[in-house]
Amino acid sequence: MIKRLFSFVLLTGLGFVFYYALTNITASRELTGVSAEYAERGAAELGAANLVTAIVVTYRGLDTLGEVSVLFLAATGIAVLLRRKKGYVQARSEDKRGSSEILKTGTDFLVPIIVMFGVYIFMNGHLTPGGGFQGGAVVASAVMLQFLSNPSYRLNHTVFGFIESMSGFFYVSIGILGIVLAGGFLDNRILPLGNFGSILSAGAIPVIYTLIGLKVGTELAGILDNMRRDA
Amino acid sequence: MNIIFLIGFALMITGFWGMLTQKNMIKIILGLAIVETGVQLIMVAFGFIEGRTAPILDSAVPVKKAVEMIVDPVPQALVLTAIVIGVAVNALALTFIIKMYQKKKSLNITEYRDLKW
Repeated sequence: MIKRLFSFVLLTGLGFVFYYALTNITASRELTGVSAEYAERGAAELGAANLVTAIVVTYRGLDTLGEVSVLFLAATGIAVLLRRKKGYVQARSEDKRGSSEILKTGTDFLVPIIVMFGVYIFMNGHLTPGGGFQGGAVVASAVMLQFLSNPSYRLNHTVFGFIESMSGFFYVSIGILGIVLAGGFLDNRILPLGNFGSILSAGAIPVIYTLIGLKVGTELAGILDNMRRDA
Repeated sequence: MNIIFLIGFALMITGFWGMLTQKNMIKIILGLAIVETGVQLIMVAFGFIEGRTAPILDSAVPVKKAVEMIVDPVPQALVLTAIVIGVAVNALALTFIIKMYQKKKSLNITEYRDLKW
């Protein structure tokens, strides 16, 4: 009882704080400070049509590297916690009823399209809404579809681990190349900026976002595979 | 006063309520996810400017006029980060729950008293 009272008091207090905040918010009328600077100089400096991408990949690239590291650590932690014990035998797939022909054909038809859509999203991250994280999540959803429709589907850990580590390695390498060839760590101007608005523009941003997309896609697929276990 | 801020704060309160009152650990993590959604909504809403468009420069938003035509791109970039970190945290927390369930076969948080004082 005292617990319920305590949480009620806490939530009411929180409600008052939020009400105070809500009544005192003034909508912004124009860009100020660092955002105005990004909006003004972003296109000319980095050549990316999508300013959010310019901020995520280049201006605040170090944050994104940290974010990728957090995701990597979480995936590693999940793999360590849910690792299969020695001598553990996966429930045999012939004990389970296989999926129907319609489901199989539908999956085979949809998976390449979903993967292609994910690749499209992360390759066009500097031009359209989207980017490495979103594209990677879409690619992982194709793996999820495989898991759901085909109980005996096994992820090839060698290939996925290889893609994941290689994309992480090249991401950091491109960042260090930025120190050597351009203005600083993760500077995208190591490659020519190209025509504004075309797919091969914005220097290294498409390359970095492709690497992030591959890394996030394989990591999320690995998390899904670890959580599935006996399925 | 803005409807988006209202929804964001309502989501945060709902999530905190779930985290405080629920006994099922999966529901507690769901509460955390709802709080995250509310925070992200509020952050994006802070960057919104009435009558402006997305921060993507093309034929509709010329580079020279970008400062007067786009909403704030910085909160959007921050929320992108927050979403990914949120996914990682939730996945790790659910993994802990899976391990705890394997040990005690219970999702009820009151049965885990080892660290309680």
